[in-house]
Amino acid sequence: MGQNVQLSIAENTQNSIKTRTSIIIENGRSHMVSEIIEGLKHAINLIISGDPSVLDATFRSIYVSGSATLLVTVWSIPLGILIGYKKFPGRRIVKGIFNAMLGMPTVGLGLILYLMLSRSGPLGILRMLYTPYAIIIGQAILITPIMVSFTANAIEDVAPEVKDLAKTLGASESQASLAVFKEALPSIILAIVASFNRAIAELGVALMLGGNISGLTRVLTTTIALETTRGNFELAIALTIILLLIVFALSFVTNMLKRE
Amino acid sequence: MRRILPIWLITIMLAVIISAAGTSYYISSISREKRTLVISTTTSLYDTGLLEAIEKRFEEKYPIDLYFISVGTGLAIQHAMRGDADVILVHAPSKELKFLEAGYGVNRKIIAYNFFVIVGPESDPAGIRGLSVEEALKKIVDAGRRGVAVWISRGDESGTHTKEKILWSYAGFSWSSLKDEPWFLETGSGMGKTLLVANEREGYTLSDIGTYLKYYGAGLIKLKVLVEQGKELLNVYSVIAVNPDKVPKVNFRDAMIFIKFLTSDEGQKIIENFKVYGYSLFYPAVKLLRENVNSEVVQWIKEYAYFNGTECPVKYRREYPELYKD
Repeated sequence: MGQNVQLSIAENTQNSIKTRTSIIIENGRSHMVSEIIEGLKHAINLIISGDPSVLDATFRSIYVSGSATLLVTVWSIPLGILIGYKKFPGRRIVKGIFNAMLGMPTVGLGLILYLMLSRSGPLGILRMLYTPYAIIIGQAILITPIMVSFTANAIEDVAPEVKDLAKTLGASESQASLAVFKEALPSIILAIVASFNRAIAELGVALMLGGNISGLTRVLTTTIALETTRGNFELAIALTIILLLIVFALSFVTNMLKRE
Repeated sequence: MRRILPIWLITIMLAVIISAAGTSYYISSISREKRTLVISTTTSLYDTGLLEAIEKRFEEKYPIDLYFISVGTGLAIQHAMRGDADVILVHAPSKELKFLEAGYGVNRKIIAYNFFVIVGPESDPAGIRGLSVEEALKKIVDAGRRGVAVWISRGDESGTHTKEKILWSYAGFSWSSLKDEPWFLETGSGMGKTLLVANEREGYTLSDIGTYLKYYGAGLIKLKVLVEQGKELLNVYSVIAVNPDKVPKVNFRDAMIFIKFLTSDEGQKIIENFKVYGYSLFYPAVKLLRENVNSEVVQWIKEYAYFNGTECPVKYRREYPELYKD
């Protein structure tokens, strides 16, 4: 600010305001960066030291979202292939519905399922609310449209060309469809991975149906939400980094496989 | 095309490994076969960590797993009415009375109390530091209408929000008409989030002391306590069991074991000794209400959180007369 002394008062004031603003922004930024760096250190510490509650939430996240993804594969892949491959009346409408459901808000879905699974709700007799199974079912419903849409698109992208090519090479109808499936397989695996990522990163369903019960339904995202409300930002960021690591690792493995 | 086959195989193997590991992990975690008790609780109790301290001791003593669902008082009562909780821990006497009157709750016990605080920026543009609640709120409205202060409201039907509405009407305003004024902001979220917003906007807000201290101690907010203590700011926490006649299948027996534990000397001691950054957050209420009938705080609690001169009218009591042997 020393060189500003000679300048006119107006300019000086303006400059000092600018400087002050930039200091505030600078401070804010460095504070944020240091918090994230602290979070990163914390995350590494938590992983190395094997903090039981963090490991517990991490394994539960993988188990719950992994189970939901596997479950969904059973009906979504065949359905996606059907929609992508076969021409049937109303196909566009069905596809449109699945595409629209991609935007399902997780808290809304969680609330609807809560009302169903609540002890006084129609499915209350199952006593499933506040168990990991409830979260698995909720996430399964959440990610079904993702897997169906992505699979259908994957098949549609390759179907006409590969089918024609296979047929010109003398393949039968079933051989041609098998060729289409094989060609679309990397994209279908991507659909599965994307579904898993969506499931493990969502909060609304896990919170509403699981209740974030320590040692039973506490997963990574609900722990992040809890620690944030408790003001433990460092731990919350550490857990976010663990969540991201899982997602990154999975994407990395898929990419490696795809390249092979 | 053959090279795609291994991808498929590896994917299946991965999937099988993940699910097998997860399932065995899960089975090992649920195979303990304990009794379980679901407790819907206000965030201000859970987020401070008090309930975890209670849970630890309780689970050492009894073969019962405590499942805490941490939500606002409004949702906690919803949970209980739908049969999704066996016990509620809340801090909104007016809502509790309705809950009892509707037949859903029995055996209410006041377990602890503390005081809400009005917090605001260090500069205190409305000039409320050290004033009474009534004066302070009037000054805030004044300053707000002049455009020099903002008020941040929870707006989420929580216990703290309920208290805020009572305080506004006590100062001669109505929350529902104030909320449409431009200086009056509603966050619609929890206490922590609301404090962060108040800090960011340099506004005033009503907070429970526990959440405030946690955030202040962690350096997340710079807001200062400007108005504290006083009868109007009293905050009373109660535990209520869900009535098994009204809501079948709730775990009433274990709920009562939990209530008895909370009101026992041991449970009250845990509440008394729980500290955040060296401050006691909650004062135990059971012994105080039983013995020091003439103290000022007891009078305040009786005025604010008693129904017809008792913490639980006789018609809402069910068995366990030893809870009320005053």
